[in-house]
Amino acid sequence: MKPAMIQPFIHLANLRKAYRKRGSEYLAISDASFDVGAGELVSLVGPSGCGKTTLLKVLAGLLDYDSGTVQIGSPSHPFDPARDVGMVFQQALLLKWRRILENVLLPAEILGLPLGESRERARYLLALVGLSQSEDKYPYELSGGMQQRAAIARALVHDPKLVLMDEPFGALDALTREKMNLELLRIWKESGKTIVFVTHGISEAVFLGTRVVVFTAGPARMADNFEIDLGAVRSLDMKTHERFGDYTRRIYKLLGME
Amino acid sequence: MGRSGEPLGRYTIAVGAHLLLIAAWQIFVVYGHVPKFVMPTPIETVGALFGDNYRWGTNILATATEIFGGYFLAVAVGVGLALAFSWSRPLEAAFMPVLVSLNMIPKVALGPLVIVWFSYGIVPNMVIAFSICFFPVVLTTARGLREVEPDLLDLVRSLKGSRWQIFTKIQLPGALPYIFSGMKVAAILAVAGAVVGEFLGSDKGLGYLMLQVQVTLDTPAMFMAVLLITLIGVALYGMVLALEHALVVRDARIE
Repeated sequence: MKPAMIQPFIHLANLRKAYRKRGSEYLAISDASFDVGAGELVSLVGPSGCGKTTLLKVLAGLLDYDSGTVQIGSPSHPFDPARDVGMVFQQALLLKWRRILENVLLPAEILGLPLGESRERARYLLALVGLSQSEDKYPYELSGGMQQRAAIARALVHDPKLVLMDEPFGALDALTREKMNLELLRIWKESGKTIVFVTHGISEAVFLGTRVVVFTAGPARMADNFEIDLGAVRSLDMKTHERFGDYTRRIYKLLGME
Repeated sequence: MGRSGEPLGRYTIAVGAHLLLIAAWQIFVVYGHVPKFVMPTPIETVGALFGDNYRWGTNILATATEIFGGYFLAVAVGVGLALAFSWSRPLEAAFMPVLVSLNMIPKVALGPLVIVWFSYGIVPNMVIAFSICFFPVVLTTARGLREVEPDLLDLVRSLKGSRWQIFTKIQLPGALPYIFSGMKVAAILAVAGAVVGEFLGSDKGLGYLMLQVQVTLDTPAMFMAVLLITLIGVALYGMVLALEHALVVRDARIE
């Protein structure tokens, strides 16, 4: 038994969230329950419109929910909702008028962290994501993959305990995406963050996750939640392993694609 | 060699084309025996600069004052109003439709009214220039302030960032390219506004001078006046462009 599971970092129970618009109700999440241990990388996988992004926004404290429990933080890993969330989106959304280093510093500025230290940390993170040479460049001078690396550095600059990623590699080409998957695993191990990773890529979800939570659409509901036992060190050739195939088949089945 | 020399080459071609046009103009007038009162040569046009009674300095100053004054007033009020809109939704909801409707009025048609209200001189012409510049500035600025990526707002809100932080770090710098886009359109309109004002009623300015010399068919002076009006416009546009290049990253500029 993992100690992290005794004291989950994120505890979700019977979460329900509906959007209401002019009398009609649209159910975004019907009933989601799962726990995430500190330092885990959880993949939320499912088709568009299954409520993954809504769930991420609830975790980020950006959306209210209708009923259920959302607890983030544990005695060993206290969580401050005002400063312990880092976010990465499908688009890098770097500020066009700022150089890369200044882009990475944005969360530190918003939180009013000491700028000298933050600058040091930003440089360290840019090195971590492989962008040391680009700190003085403008976003348009970087490729899509490099911009997304900068966005990841930005999400880590204020040293948040929880990093929320909403299809961060969805806009990249297939090869860059595979490369970024490996990079993310490396960054995750080195930083020790808890990451919630939303994707509609089934293979990506299995490859990255220590755990996969599967959502289905119409009506939105949580269909499964299981651990991925592929070991701590993952390499691309794992995708050809039998067990990898078992996991992806299990998800395809849940999504009614088999 | 060829590739690195290309920008210089294009520049040279552009300058050459202009010189060629002036030369063609000179040849056309001289060999086509065009009377001076219909079209003077470029040399005669420049010669008008040295006429005694045109008071070029005073007239340039008057027209430039109207153009620059009306223009910068329009930029200040236009950007200010757009900022107010971005801070107050009810204000925007009430006034934006009114502005859009008012924008439909051809501002030049207001000229005679402006003269009734402000008498004639530099002030009414400035008002006409202002009224013609104001709308593109306020409309594009308001649009720029509205165009904020919702995900970026989420990012700032997840850190409990204040509205002021959103405004100064994201909204305003993001709107800058739009503001300049409006300012560039307005720079061209300002010149037209001021000169139309001078045509309608004025006692100095290059437009006023044109009406004065028109009576005696002094075409070279009219040509010179048009040239000077154009140059004032180019100077204003150049200033705005230089400011844009200094403040807006290349990728973000709206052409």
